[in-house]
Amino acid sequence: MYSFDYLDQLESEAIHILREVAGQFERPALLFSGGKDSITLVRLAEKAFRPGKFPFPLVHIDTGHNFPEAIDFRDQLVQRLGEKLIVGSVEETINEKKLTEPKGKFASRNALQTYTLLEVIEKYGFDACIGGARRDEEKARAKERIFSVRNEFGQWEPKLQRPELWNIYNGRISKGENVRVFPISNWTELDVWNYIRREKIELPSIYFSHERNCISFQDQWVAVSPFVTIDEDDHIEKRRVRYRTVGDMTCTAAVESNASTIDEIINEIIATKTSERGETRIDDKVSEAAMEDRKKNGYF
Amino acid sequence: MDLLRLITAGSVDDGKSTLIGRLLYDSKSIMIDQLEAIGKQSRNKENGEIDLALLTDGLRAEREQGITIDVAYKYFSTPKRKFILADAPGHIQYTRNMVTGASNADLAIILIDARKGVIEQTKRHSIIASLLGIKHVVVAINKMDLVNFSEDVFSNIVVEYSRVALELKLKDIKYIPISALLGDNIVEKSDQMNWYEGETLLHWLETIQVNRDVNLKDARLPVQYVIRPQTDDLHDYRGYAGKITSGIYKVGDKVSVLPAGLESTIKSIEVGGVGVKEAYAPQGAVIQLQDDIDISRGDLIVKSENLTEVTQEFEVLLTWMDAKPLKPGNKYLLQLNSKQVMSVVKEIEFKLDVNTLEKLQLPESVGLNDVVKAKIKTASPVAIDKYSVNKATGSAILIDETSHSTVGALLIQ
Repeated sequence: MYSFDYLDQLESEAIHILREVAGQFERPALLFSGGKDSITLVRLAEKAFRPGKFPFPLVHIDTGHNFPEAIDFRDQLVQRLGEKLIVGSVEETINEKKLTEPKGKFASRNALQTYTLLEVIEKYGFDACIGGARRDEEKARAKERIFSVRNEFGQWEPKLQRPELWNIYNGRISKGENVRVFPISNWTELDVWNYIRREKIELPSIYFSHERNCISFQDQWVAVSPFVTIDEDDHIEKRRVRYRTVGDMTCTAAVESNASTIDEIINEIIATKTSERGETRIDDKVSEAAMEDRKKNGYF
Repeated sequence: MDLLRLITAGSVDDGKSTLIGRLLYDSKSIMIDQLEAIGKQSRNKENGEIDLALLTDGLRAEREQGITIDVAYKYFSTPKRKFILADAPGHIQYTRNMVTGASNADLAIILIDARKGVIEQTKRHSIIASLLGIKHVVVAINKMDLVNFSEDVFSNIVVEYSRVALELKLKDIKYIPISALLGDNIVEKSDQMNWYEGETLLHWLETIQVNRDVNLKDARLPVQYVIRPQTDDLHDYRGYAGKITSGIYKVGDKVSVLPAGLESTIKSIEVGGVGVKEAYAPQGAVIQLQDDIDISRGDLIVKSENLTEVTQEFEVLLTWMDAKPLKPGNKYLLQLNSKQVMSVVKEIEFKLDVNTLEKLQLPESVGLNDVVKAKIKTASPVAIDKYSVNKATGSAILIDETSHSTVGALLIQ
């Protein structure tokens, strides 16, 4: 009678964490990327705080290289929720701070997001930023705490992490520091999809199979967009694809797929032999410790 | 499908990382690109074979030194169950990491090298599992391939470990002879050990009953947040949001709010924004009460027929987790669920040797990784249970107010 399946447990844990953020911090924020993980966080926040308002705004760090479908989805979602959205523009940061745009075929602003993020954190005085990172994504993330303290430069110091016991989260910080909070740390990609199915959560259309002009790069399909340099050698092909993760158009690869429903996507994910980041992220393959290094520099 | 949280403790020498790699690999939770990445590193190490241990060491320093420093979490699932595995280092200087990993575990895998039998580390890991109240233990006797899959070796270790288990009052213990390297009795039954008629490790992990471990008797709900929409139509709405850590609440239940002891009756319960007649652990819920009483974050809502102890002084088993030594008489911030209160560590009765369970009376100093029995005094009353009866309301942490670090883990006695 009093049964509780694994999705219920994961949900309960995440709601508990979100409420701890609301209880412990003066000015929290929810980092919203437009991807499925942060959309899931929004649903969890509704469960945690309704019929009240969210005790935090949504914050989107907009690189200017987003998929237009993801931005449209974001705006519709925010309107439906009736919650506040703050957009931090990487484009503006680049202009104001005279940052150097990365060059190359897939000139990604991924690393520059950190500057905008830190600027937004400072401007609004955020003391906690909730993110949708999961520990199964990557092995540096597997070691990060649910409440992860960052110094005033936003940097993660893996060797100085606080022990995190039971369900007790220590959010005490000094002025200038902030905490990154990851309520779905213990969820896997498949858990997120199963939850989306169970809760009937809507997603941006790019998660489902559609036709798109792509070029092939190192066995990955990359969408043709104004942000990717097309060379003479590139062969543009129309492919049926979907996205497994939603990042920038410059650093997110598509997967070939005919899956047009959540059920079909889940079946594909169960059958896949490649990890989420491995299949879709062009930015993680640089070095063994790419993610660890970015986090040490203030990344999400 | 349900969820099992488990911990493995051990050092690289025991084959712990190999075991985890094997569980992930054989349950098909490792993807090709991840295997390719470790394949590259394995070649760097010039031994040719893929080193499954590399899957678990996430930090550069760990890979460089070939050791596990911090707790890492690994996820795998079978059609029957999802598993969250806390991979903790096994050396004595990382006791605090093991305590951390064990704090949320339903089950512990204690690894024994068949060639070495029960050693100091085996005992230490078992002591920590027992202190943290882990209800289920699997003793995985590894490297059976190096002792010719000998039943005698296995049986002797079982006898040896049974003594440890008796001393520690560990109850649910399963012994499994394995070879993590070769995969014997991990997922598939070994054809080298026909004398073993029990389950494989994965089968045991998939089928062991853990849902009965949830305490549905003692209703406890620590208030995390008060929901007050203050809109026209919800003008008087005042919902106390929190996770039910144990027990069951029903609309109409008489409740008390601790530590103050104010009483009221449950008017409504919502779970995930939906009204329900009852809610139970470990659901997150929002409760409204009949009476307008003063309740805020940190208060504990319990049923009036089943109160906790409310006190300002209590005894704890304390694991010290900071490089700076513990100074009796120092003040620390105590956090118990959502409650924070100033506290002082009063006298320290004894230090527990986690290798032997011996008690060293009146220790001169208490440093990193030490486990001591101590008396705590708080600035105001707190509602507590004994850890052995109720983990969630019987556990707390100490925070150093100057560094904000978590410096101690408390098990209320």
